[in-house]
Amino acid sequence: METRMLNVRINGRAYEVPEGITILKAAQEYANIDIPTLCYLEGISEEGACAICVVEVKGAKNLQRACVVKVTDGMEVWTNTARVREARKLNVELLLANHPTDCFTCEKNQICRLRELAAEVGVREVEFPRTRSEWLPFDETSLSLIRDPNKCVLCRRCVNVCAKVQSVYAIDIVGRGSNSMVSTFLDEGLGNVECVNCGQCLLVCPTGAITERSEIPQVWKALGNPDKVVVVETAPAVRVAIGEEFGMPDGTQATGKMVAALRGLGFDEVFDTDFSADLTIMEEGYELIGRLKNGGTLPLITSCSPGWIKFAETFFPHVLDHVSSCKSPQQMFGTVTKTYWAEKMGIDPRNVVVVSIMPCTAKKFEKERPEMKTAFHYWQEKMGLRDEEAFNDVDYVLTTREAAQMIRESGMDFANLPDEQFDKPLGESSGAAVIFGATGGVMEAALRTGYEVLTNKTLEKLEFEDVRGLAGIKSAEVNIDGTILRVAVANGLGNARVLMEQVQKGESPYQFIEIMCCPGGCLGGGGQPISDHPDVKQRRAEAIYREDAGKPIRKSHENPEIVEIYKEFLGEPNSEKAHHLLHTEYCDRSCE
Amino acid sequence: MIRNELLICAGGACITSGEKSVKDALIEELHAHSIQDEVQVIETGCMGACDLGPIVVVYPEGTFYQKVTPETAHLIVSEHLVKGRVVESLLYTEPETQEKVQSGAEIPFYTRQVKRVLRNCGVIDPLSIEEYIARDGYFALATALGMTPEGIIDVVTESGLRGRGGAGFPTGIKWKATRNARGTPKYVVCNGDEGDPGAFMDRSVLEGDPHSVIEAMTIAGYAVGAQKGYMYVRAEYPLAIERFDWALRKAREYGFLGENILGSEFSFDIEIRIGAGAFVCGEETALLRSIEGKRGTPSVKPPFPAQAGLWNQPTLINNVETYANIPQIITRGAEWFRSVGSSKSPGTKVFALAGNVKNTGLVEVPMGTTLRELVFDIGGGIPGGKEFKAAQTGGPSGGVITADYLDMPIDFDTVKELGTIMGSGGLIILDEDSCMVDVAKFYLGFTVDESCGKCTPCREGTRQMYHTMERICEGKGRDGDIEQLGRLAEVVRDTSLCGLGQSAPNPVLSTLRFYEDEYRAHIYDKKCPSHVCKHLLTYSVIADKCVGCTACARQCPSHAISGEVKKAHIIDQSKCSKCGTCYEVCRFGAIQKE
Amino acid sequence: MKSLEELKRIKEETLKEMDLRQAKERGKIVVAMGTCGIAAGAKDTLLSIIDELDKQGIHDVKVVQSGCMGLCDREPTVEVSMKDQPAVVYGDVDDANARRIIREHVGAGKVVADLVIRRENI
Repeated sequence: METRMLNVRINGRAYEVPEGITILKAAQEYANIDIPTLCYLEGISEEGACAICVVEVKGAKNLQRACVVKVTDGMEVWTNTARVREARKLNVELLLANHPTDCFTCEKNQICRLRELAAEVGVREVEFPRTRSEWLPFDETSLSLIRDPNKCVLCRRCVNVCAKVQSVYAIDIVGRGSNSMVSTFLDEGLGNVECVNCGQCLLVCPTGAITERSEIPQVWKALGNPDKVVVVETAPAVRVAIGEEFGMPDGTQATGKMVAALRGLGFDEVFDTDFSADLTIMEEGYELIGRLKNGGTLPLITSCSPGWIKFAETFFPHVLDHVSSCKSPQQMFGTVTKTYWAEKMGIDPRNVVVVSIMPCTAKKFEKERPEMKTAFHYWQEKMGLRDEEAFNDVDYVLTTREAAQMIRESGMDFANLPDEQFDKPLGESSGAAVIFGATGGVMEAALRTGYEVLTNKTLEKLEFEDVRGLAGIKSAEVNIDGTILRVAVANGLGNARVLMEQVQKGESPYQFIEIMCCPGGCLGGGGQPISDHPDVKQRRAEAIYREDAGKPIRKSHENPEIVEIYKEFLGEPNSEKAHHLLHTEYCDRSCE
Repeated sequence: MIRNELLICAGGACITSGEKSVKDALIEELHAHSIQDEVQVIETGCMGACDLGPIVVVYPEGTFYQKVTPETAHLIVSEHLVKGRVVESLLYTEPETQEKVQSGAEIPFYTRQVKRVLRNCGVIDPLSIEEYIARDGYFALATALGMTPEGIIDVVTESGLRGRGGAGFPTGIKWKATRNARGTPKYVVCNGDEGDPGAFMDRSVLEGDPHSVIEAMTIAGYAVGAQKGYMYVRAEYPLAIERFDWALRKAREYGFLGENILGSEFSFDIEIRIGAGAFVCGEETALLRSIEGKRGTPSVKPPFPAQAGLWNQPTLINNVETYANIPQIITRGAEWFRSVGSSKSPGTKVFALAGNVKNTGLVEVPMGTTLRELVFDIGGGIPGGKEFKAAQTGGPSGGVITADYLDMPIDFDTVKELGTIMGSGGLIILDEDSCMVDVAKFYLGFTVDESCGKCTPCREGTRQMYHTMERICEGKGRDGDIEQLGRLAEVVRDTSLCGLGQSAPNPVLSTLRFYEDEYRAHIYDKKCPSHVCKHLLTYSVIADKCVGCTACARQCPSHAISGEVKKAHIIDQSKCSKCGTCYEVCRFGAIQKE
Repeated sequence: MKSLEELKRIKEETLKEMDLRQAKERGKIVVAMGTCGIAAGAKDTLLSIIDELDKQGIHDVKVVQSGCMGLCDREPTVEVSMKDQPAVVYGDVDDANARRIIREHVGAGKVVADLVIRRENI
């Protein structure tokens, strides 16, 4: 059915726009007018709360909200009359009146939408006093995220993302009127409720109300400690996004510069999480084959996304025996570094500091999970260590943003750094590893290895387009030399929930499912540069697949360093040693 | 053989005034005289004259006894019922002529009223469905089921009935839009949240004549194509909930709700949903969210509930009083409905008359009745010999009507021109001693408390306005405050998401329009002309009246008064906290308050 | 509840029970219930009147009590004032007489001359 075109006038000029479009979109796409917004987030948060995007519509008594009001035939809209400008200015002033004034030191001052908005509407004076009598306490209960309710402008984007996109519902508005605020159940704090630490709320917050728990000071300290060997690993999704922090175009492959910058910060070894991604594929691929051959629990579900893991533990504890026992690449890396590598290099594992750069805020939580002290247990008996001397496999997690901040602090001109290579032996990776950063990547990587192992034949076409792309749920039937393997990929927990409900009922038609907590996969993680470009995820994904295509080795089992670690240290995939070091357990957090 | 009926008003106000004890005393006395089988005692809904309660009406005489106490109740039995002697001391006294009035119908408070919505309140036992039927109850439903839905909507449209909840939207148009909307199921909702402070019209209907609303909702369901109705009542109305629930049971028992009503193919039932203390849930979209179990915050309109309401389905939502008008429109027709009221606002309106007026309570008058009639003829004028100053209408969403407009007929459109709204019918009368700044501040404070907090202008803007009003009333007003209030009021009204915010500035704007001089006195002279705003009062000793009894000095909590015994005292203004205690305790009129 | 007929039936029946609250415009019957009246049996007279009105299907006439009318030696006394007609006081109104008055005066409009003890001056 064809869309009807309507005649509208915007600021006195005539335009033809399709029926069903909002005033906001019509102005933007047809009249080159960017009506300022604050609380609007297309498809997620369309509440009309902030009253900034108001416009005059002929015949309407009050000003109308451009973001939600649809155009009608013959509508006349004015976006810049004195009445409109006064309303926008005053509403911004009202928000500023109760906003903390520490902009100089606020972590988000470069990207704060409120600050930008004040400049856009031209506020030069706030004639209103602060009316809130109390300063609200910070929520610092979470290992990943910190909330400052004083900076909250009650735009409700975070609430809507957590509810509609992630289906976690950890936060909501409590209280009424000017006492209302975003909070958790009984104000328990994010760390004590269902929050999975994904940081999607942080990505959409227009002010500094939600930030990550920073580990920059600890990392600087470690780097400055001559007794420590500080090792860094970087996730695949970081390298295609970190350039944005330095003004480079969306989707720049900045791998080489990233390595150079990290080396410039003073890391003793710059390794690649992609190495352990290949390791994960080996372990998980063989796990899948094992379950397929021996009638194990199917579908097998991936386990590298800590936000997804906490989600499963909280909402779907009964599907936990479907989840792969493999640790995430970050955690495998930490274990391998402090056992295999430390042993090989003759370094006391207690002096090895593992720092990971992640697109993810949940990884800050993951590294603290009590079971993630595998290296310590490996060494405990050999070195006669007491329980109190336990150390984490991964010591510090920095988001892409935090890493960029450290690079800034050290004055390096990132965009103009020469490309450098990762260190060996934990820096080599295949193309299959780098695609972990995109939704469908783990699935595709596993299929590349799984196919060849199962059939003993060479896979002709390495690309599995059916599982690529930003759609919420993707499914495919993969022909493994006659056997059909039914697979599904979900990104965003709302979509994960759909698939898990099927699994829980025993109605899942799939044998292998990849779940990524964040929409788009890790490239859209809570630790990534904050961007309002509508196609930034698309660009990052394209960069990831370009990176894969440009790699000489594109299958995990062909990575020579992987071959070596098995030969020298682990034996075989899923061996007992591999199980002890590279696999983990989950717990029921559902309070049932 | 029943030879007399005692109708006792059991509306909320009379119950609070001890109606139960009066009833018990009457029954006891009936037994004492062994006439309990000849006299029937019936509790009815609100009779309207709330400050005359508890009220007992003796039938068939129609003798109206007011301010009956448990101690005096026995006289009604022993004197009137047994000996046929009217109890003069309990009769209403006409204030002008001092004459005793026997018949309720002749009391001036009632003579000018036209009871349509309140036709059964105070006449029937609200718990008796048979009495409702005896007064033509459920005949409208029977008639309606024999008409087409379109035919019903036509009659409602022709009648010109406009929503009585405050917006005054043409009811017929709303019904039509809901009927025409696509989607099943559809729902019918009744807004019984009645949040305006001092308004109790809807409560009285729900308590006194619940079946009228049930019947109307069922007719509405048939007309728009819904099978399910929801009655949303505020939690603060437990008696209304109880009576409505009882009425629902009775209606189901008699087959007026449920499957195949009155032998037709139409099935309909109603569920009660209770509010939880939020004024904003009287706003239709917030109310619907509340029924859905979500936070009661308003949603963006459009879409309107008729298109997408409860659970995104087409929903008809109307106010209690609007529904209460429907049955008679069906049985008596649109012409009859239009026979009173004004042409653009036909019918009657129930007002809750309160404040500085002699006769407070519920009054139902034709639209177009003048304020003068309401205040003086029905209300009995201002007590204490004071002058009328203004009438505040429409609760916290409305403004004031000054003495200059006493002869203005009141209907939806006329009040709008004056910058106020009819609202749900709250009518607070203010006398010459009222401070208009304080009145505006009071209403604004209510709105600030009740704002849901979703949109910036209402949440922050009304709070800033209130902050400024507080400063003004505390003597900290500044040059520029009036302009600031105007600036805020404009944007709050223009950009708030719902009616609560959009109308929140009305009390301030209205009082600024007519009483700017009072604002200026507060701001520039630091004085409250009506002597209401505590912080702006100055208490001083009138030296030649002071006998030096030291009573004030001893009671002063701030130790601000000094003086020797038998000598004139003096108040230290710098210490005075303006509590007014000295003014209260002085027996010699020696404290001046200005 | 299945039909309009049933509704009408309930209405009729209940109206009868609510009879006392209806507007009764056609006339008023006052029964003197002072001490002398009660001693003479005015109470029974009252009940007889109500009963006979019901029997005759007359619902638009009010029956009230008053104190002593002053005609104590002719108790029970009953005053009948029909609309637009002069009021008539009857004396010695026992059960039989009461019923006569209802049938003849209130029902048929003919004053029962032999029981009249006072008439209102025109």
